[in-house]
Amino acid sequence: MIVATNSVHSPSAGRRPLSWGTPLTYALALAVAAVSIAPILYVIIGGFRTTPQIVDDPGGLPDPWVFDNYRRVLTQSKFWQQAFNSGVIALGTTLGVVVLGMAAAFVLARYAFRGREALYTFFTLGLLFPAGAAILPLYLMLRDLDLVNSYYAVILPQVAFQLPLTIVILRPFLSAIPRELEDAAAIDGAGRLGFLWRIALPLSRPALVTVGVLAFVASWNAFLLPLLVLGDVNLHTLPLGVQNFSSQFSTDTAGVLAFTSLAMLPALFFFTLAEKQIVGGLQGAVKG
Amino acid sequence: MTSTDRTRFPAGGVSAPPAGRRPAGRPSSRRAETRRKWYEIIGLTTPALVVYVMFVLVPMGFAVYYSLFRWRGVGPPTEYIGFKNYTLAFQDPIFLDALRNNAIIVFGSLLIQGPVALGIALLLNRRFRGRAVFRLLVFVPYVLAEVTVGIMWKLILAEDGTVDALLRSLGLGSLVQAWLADLDVVIWTLLFVLTWKYVGFAIILLLAGLSNVPHELTEAAAIDGASWWQTQRHVTLPLLGPTIRIWMFLSMIGSLQVFDVIWVTSVPAMRSLGASGTMATYMVDNGFFARLWGYGNAVAVILFAISFVAALLFQRFLLRRDIEGAITKGAN
Repeated sequence: MIVATNSVHSPSAGRRPLSWGTPLTYALALAVAAVSIAPILYVIIGGFRTTPQIVDDPGGLPDPWVFDNYRRVLTQSKFWQQAFNSGVIALGTTLGVVVLGMAAAFVLARYAFRGREALYTFFTLGLLFPAGAAILPLYLMLRDLDLVNSYYAVILPQVAFQLPLTIVILRPFLSAIPRELEDAAAIDGAGRLGFLWRIALPLSRPALVTVGVLAFVASWNAFLLPLLVLGDVNLHTLPLGVQNFSSQFSTDTAGVLAFTSLAMLPALFFFTLAEKQIVGGLQGAVKG
Repeated sequence: MTSTDRTRFPAGGVSAPPAGRRPAGRPSSRRAETRRKWYEIIGLTTPALVVYVMFVLVPMGFAVYYSLFRWRGVGPPTEYIGFKNYTLAFQDPIFLDALRNNAIIVFGSLLIQGPVALGIALLLNRRFRGRAVFRLLVFVPYVLAEVTVGIMWKLILAEDGTVDALLRSLGLGSLVQAWLADLDVVIWTLLFVLTWKYVGFAIILLLAGLSNVPHELTEAAAIDGASWWQTQRHVTLPLLGPTIRIWMFLSMIGSLQVFDVIWVTSVPAMRSLGASGTMATYMVDNGFFARLWGYGNAVAVILFAISFVAALLFQRFLLRRDIEGAITKGAN
């Protein structure tokens, strides 16, 4: 639909940079933005209504605005504990991915040795292993290792499945550091490890932030792995919490709306902070 | 697998100038230096290698092994039944329904998201004030957790919920459906939700591709009298080829293993009747919750094999050099 509209209005505009687009451009852009955002706003605003209000008029605005739903979720549910669990697991995953990925990518980028490309290919093969397909044997293995119902049961596999993408993003970045810098470091008496610590690491900060943010968001949103390996409700993460709350209190529509929007807020907040890294990382992954 | 290695490093990777080797000293110190280099290589790569092998590769190996047994998950598997689990899966109409649903999601996503994302990306690639805000907004759904998105739409699409009320107020009450409870409708509803969630990802990739199209080319076309649309059609689109193909690849792999949104949005009965289930939900329902571990692992292997073959075929015939050996080698 949008493609067709584009073709209709095209001859008139857009040949050269415009500071203000045509009204049609704005109309289309607004429509697209509305479709993206309206459902989210509906959930957030719906949390300020009561369930009878919602049943009477599903599309209406809060009248009056009630804060009870949000208050209830924040004081009577396991929201804070689940947010804490999500945070610990996401930070652990991020740390593991950044440290292990950086070390491996550094070797693959800055050392010349027999089998280097084979090792790189071996890591990139992991991009073909969908985490979803491995979930059952992964559960069995974690059970046999006695890791089920611990943070590690989520962190370790998440690190493992994030490593291939991380290495694919980091390696070209590290390769691009000029040889001269390494030679200069060597003349100053720094070994390769000194070069890694004092020069490569600070220089790769943007790339590290990118892979870190990608790992954090993936972990924060993860559902299937925690669903299987975290049977203990005290370890549940926010996505599990949202699902539990919505099935446990399915008649309390307003409460579910409030819980869902509270669970969304950290992601939205995080996204506005790290939008450049997320977008840049996805683009980098493609160019990788 | 290593054919491209040789083109990059003429003698199989050893003759490339070692990065940062210090000025060569006496032979003995050079040997010590070589030994230290290998210590560093091993020390730095081993942690990543161990975690990767142990949690990515080993489980898939076990899946193949377990899939050959009838096994309830207690004690070691003993009842060897060969490939019976695989034949059982392909005889189960619910599994075949899951395959069909996956196919609907794979092709539906490509056919709907592709053109829509392209249109929006071209729109948001035009220069106008506030463009950055619009770019940000279309990407928001992609950042939300799948579970949140699923619950959100479940509430919005509820019977006599917002969507139904909206349609009735527009005089389109006849279109109202049991969006998530009608056996014939649910998969299309889910396809819509998945499209809403993931189209922003396609848009962002395409915008990245568009930013790589040199301005000189589009300006030259404009000077030659091409309209905006002609420029997009004949200059921009052909240059977007690699980006489009990589997006198709990622979308396809993602669609094959889709789980979260289906799981939280549709009721279990919809899955067990085959109306909304995918391979992944079928695998978890049977393997984990029904404790048919051997059978579930066979489904895991089938899911993996389908993704793998699809990825290889795609790589072989469409991707070629786009990701320069990042996923598989030897296809160039």
